[in-house]
Amino acid sequence: MSYLNYKVAQVPTGLRKVFFINWPLVLLITAVSCIGFLMLYSVAGGKIETWAEPQMYRFAVGMVIMLGLAFVPMWFWRGISVSAYVVCFLLLIAVDLFGAIGMGAQRWIDIGPIRVQPSELMKIAQVLLLAAYYDWLDLKKVSRPLWVLIPVIIILAPTALVLMQPDLGTSIMLITGGGIVMFVAGVSLWYFAAVIGAAVGAVYAVLHSRGTDWQLLKDYQFRRIDTFLDPTADPLGAGYNIIQSQIALGSGGWSGRGFMQGTQSRLNFLPEKHTDFIFTVLSEEFGFIGAFSLLSLYMLIIGFCLYSALSNKDRFASLITIGISATFFLYFAINMATVMGLLPAKGSPLPLVSYGGTSLMILMLGFGLVQSAHVHRPR
Amino acid sequence: MKKSQREIVDSNRKITRRGLLLAGIQIGTVTTLALKMRSMQLDHAEEYRTLADGNSIKIRLLPPSRGLILDRTGLIVAGNEQNYRVTLTREEAGGDVEPVLQRLAQLIPISDARMTELRDEFSKRSAITTIVLADRLTWEEFSTIAVNAPSLPGVTPESALSRAYPRAGDLAHVMGYVGPVSDYDLSRIEDPDPVLRLPDFQLGKIGVEGRLEEVLRGKAGARRVEVNSMGREMRQLSRQEGEQGATVQLTVDAALQNYAAQRLGQESAAAVVIDCRTGELVSICSSPSFDPNKFVRGISTKDYRGLMDHDHRPLADKTVQGVYPPGSTFKMVTLLAGLEAGVINSGSRFFCPGYTELGGRRFHCWSRGGHGSVDAVKSLQESCDVYFYELAQRVGIDRMAIMARKLGIGVKHDLPMSAVSEGIAPDRAWKEARYGQAWQIGDSLNASIGQGYVLASPLQLAVMTARISSGRQIDPQLIRSIDGVKKLPEDFPPLDISEASLKVARAGMDAVMNSARGTARKARIEREEWRMVGKTGTSQVRNITAAERARGVISNDQLPWERRDHALFVCYAPYDAPRYAVSVVVEHGGGGSTVAAPIARDIMLFALNGGLPPLDAVPSNQRAEMEERHNAMQLYTPEAPRPGRSRA
Repeated sequence: MSYLNYKVAQVPTGLRKVFFINWPLVLLITAVSCIGFLMLYSVAGGKIETWAEPQMYRFAVGMVIMLGLAFVPMWFWRGISVSAYVVCFLLLIAVDLFGAIGMGAQRWIDIGPIRVQPSELMKIAQVLLLAAYYDWLDLKKVSRPLWVLIPVIIILAPTALVLMQPDLGTSIMLITGGGIVMFVAGVSLWYFAAVIGAAVGAVYAVLHSRGTDWQLLKDYQFRRIDTFLDPTADPLGAGYNIIQSQIALGSGGWSGRGFMQGTQSRLNFLPEKHTDFIFTVLSEEFGFIGAFSLLSLYMLIIGFCLYSALSNKDRFASLITIGISATFFLYFAINMATVMGLLPAKGSPLPLVSYGGTSLMILMLGFGLVQSAHVHRPR
Repeated sequence: MKKSQREIVDSNRKITRRGLLLAGIQIGTVTTLALKMRSMQLDHAEEYRTLADGNSIKIRLLPPSRGLILDRTGLIVAGNEQNYRVTLTREEAGGDVEPVLQRLAQLIPISDARMTELRDEFSKRSAITTIVLADRLTWEEFSTIAVNAPSLPGVTPESALSRAYPRAGDLAHVMGYVGPVSDYDLSRIEDPDPVLRLPDFQLGKIGVEGRLEEVLRGKAGARRVEVNSMGREMRQLSRQEGEQGATVQLTVDAALQNYAAQRLGQESAAAVVIDCRTGELVSICSSPSFDPNKFVRGISTKDYRGLMDHDHRPLADKTVQGVYPPGSTFKMVTLLAGLEAGVINSGSRFFCPGYTELGGRRFHCWSRGGHGSVDAVKSLQESCDVYFYELAQRVGIDRMAIMARKLGIGVKHDLPMSAVSEGIAPDRAWKEARYGQAWQIGDSLNASIGQGYVLASPLQLAVMTARISSGRQIDPQLIRSIDGVKKLPEDFPPLDISEASLKVARAGMDAVMNSARGTARKARIEREEWRMVGKTGTSQVRNITAAERARGVISNDQLPWERRDHALFVCYAPYDAPRYAVSVVVEHGGGGSTVAAPIARDIMLFALNGGLPPLDAVPSNQRAEMEERHNAMQLYTPEAPRPGRSRA
């Protein structure tokens, strides 16, 4: 249903498509990004040129890309799904090779002026391929073991490459994002129950192996788990960040200290305050009201995507929309959970708010697909 | 694949069901997040607010104490000393540093220039950066500030360890120095240690300090402290000690190094003493030197200019970095190349009329009258150039270059020092690559007497001499041990040169010093058990034109300093059981035999004697002069700090 309450029998063509773009979604995305600009301005100590301005330019470019993609018909995405996945896969291999030759973990490739991070692109490409796969697959076969194995390989192959980078956070996102598409496509719940059960069992086994002679992790890895469970155990390392992040977040109270008044972030207690920890700055300066509002905006975006997906009769289109909105969901849920100390992972940006071009571009690309699906839904 | 209407409906139903299930899970997750938010921001806000406002927990890094550098006898040549200083953070001073600075200036002397510098720095750096206001305060000044601390918000008096080099300039080139960490340093280091960002943390810049930085630095410890909103420490919550940097023991003997530096005096010169058996560099001295302590404290522009503009280039390490035409000291290379190639044997003779004519050009011998009939030993003894011109035409440059590399010239020796030169052992391929020109026979003639394209560092000349004396492929060593773990190689492989050829070269070097007509006879050692052998070298830094030669070559004394010849000397002793090899290069010093050889001899004597050279070891007519020289020297007394007694 178009919000214009304007019924047409056919999919719109040409410039008329502009009326069928999911404008409320565009508005929500812009609103969240504006919160991001405000926070970047505040974190830079009232300077616009440090982070806010470059971020605005990137957002403008991203916006153009998103609106442009909205005009691309669905058959095109279906057509390129396999090749997009293969290209991303090859790029991932290339990055792993570069990483092996160069020093340390390199996650990106420079192609001319553009810096490509294949693991991020893969999040989208994987959703595309899985959606195309389930669109093609007979519904009756969805839960048969062999037909479950194929998407599992589609998900695990790039995950393995990303793990080699090594980038545990992105690997988990790839698995979860792919898993959600499989879930929505109707794969039997027993499979998911089995996987979750096995994972819980594995964690249990690992934790209980400590100190025995069949210990499954290295001592330092156990110490990292300790740090997560009790951040004060490692005050120098990750624990420090979490303690400071929690102090900043909690001290915001109901309405916060006011714009540009956050002391914790300004006093440099917080690391990475313009990227991964920007949510704490927001929480400190705008309190529960600010933090909860951002969370609500995010949920509205998810809601609009979900509504668009469920009202879409094209199976491919709705799977894409759900897959991408799930990826978006994972981004902010993981980031927020991390800064609040609910998750041990680190190094994930707050989508549309954190400073940084790569994740912003990937998200806008994803939303472009969502818009394309929305515009070209069968009526 | 065509789908039936029914299939589509089924599929959509399934998606809707699962989609709503997913939405449920997502709402559940977000609810958890929101509840956590509520719990932190509403229920526990007061606690966090207290933590944030009143007392905050800060991590203060404890800089590790930098590893000591010892000489081979265990004397500290780079240690740490207490340094009292005050730092200021603008944020903690309430944003405006001016009143604080003014008040501070009444307590301790701060020059106006320094004030301007500080204001500038505060305006440029971020408010939370800690900046050092004053350094190296006396105890009185320090305690005055500590007492007045309440009226100086943001000012922290603190004591830190700072690098000190008790031997001042003696080992400056070997050890290098530490200095404040610059942005450039940080940009070069991947994932820099957070301790590098501490105010005034010192980082090894050059020399051993620079190259062994990671070893010497140690690991930072940390204290968790509670500070109030003024930034003042309320109490310490926990303390985690760091690890001291490793103690590095050099092969250098500080006493010998000191003597060598004094003996070189104000000459622009270099001396290298290498152990012929172990390759240890017992002394590696470049003169004039500089005081590395000045760099640690931040050298003044004036002092720095003084060092930069000095025509003797005190900052350059002439021992490894300086390369010179080796002159006649290279003749052992040519001779050994000839003997090994079989184009001559020890008895082969060439006639020297005072010059060689080649393609219409005359190549002169240093002796205008000529040396008559010359054999291998005599060629070195009297340093006859014509012998080597003849030899060079028969051996060819490529075999000479191979021999030079075997002996360590034109090879980069791996030492933890800055800018170690490779020198040049030229051959046809080299000239083709470098100049795009074909090798000329005249180039070979120049090379045969260590002129032309040949360039060697004093280190390489010492290595060459050590290799000739021992017949082993000695590699120079500078690090004796790290934290007590020995770093010296067990043994060196034999050189790929026959013992018979080496014997000829050694006999020639013996004749240079100990025969009646030897060029360096004056610089001989008179004690038979220390019998020293060597080779002089005098290398031209200018071309003598035919016109000049016609007028008569101007003697060195009448030339401006920078156009005079370099004086070189290489030697080893004792002859029958080689212990040390020494090379000395005096830039623009004049003759190798008159200038470089006596210096090398004295240094050798000090090394062999383990103390001041005994007067009876030098020819009797030089003893008075030597005694006078010793009296004029200001040598370090052996009572230097040792690790046990040091404050560090």
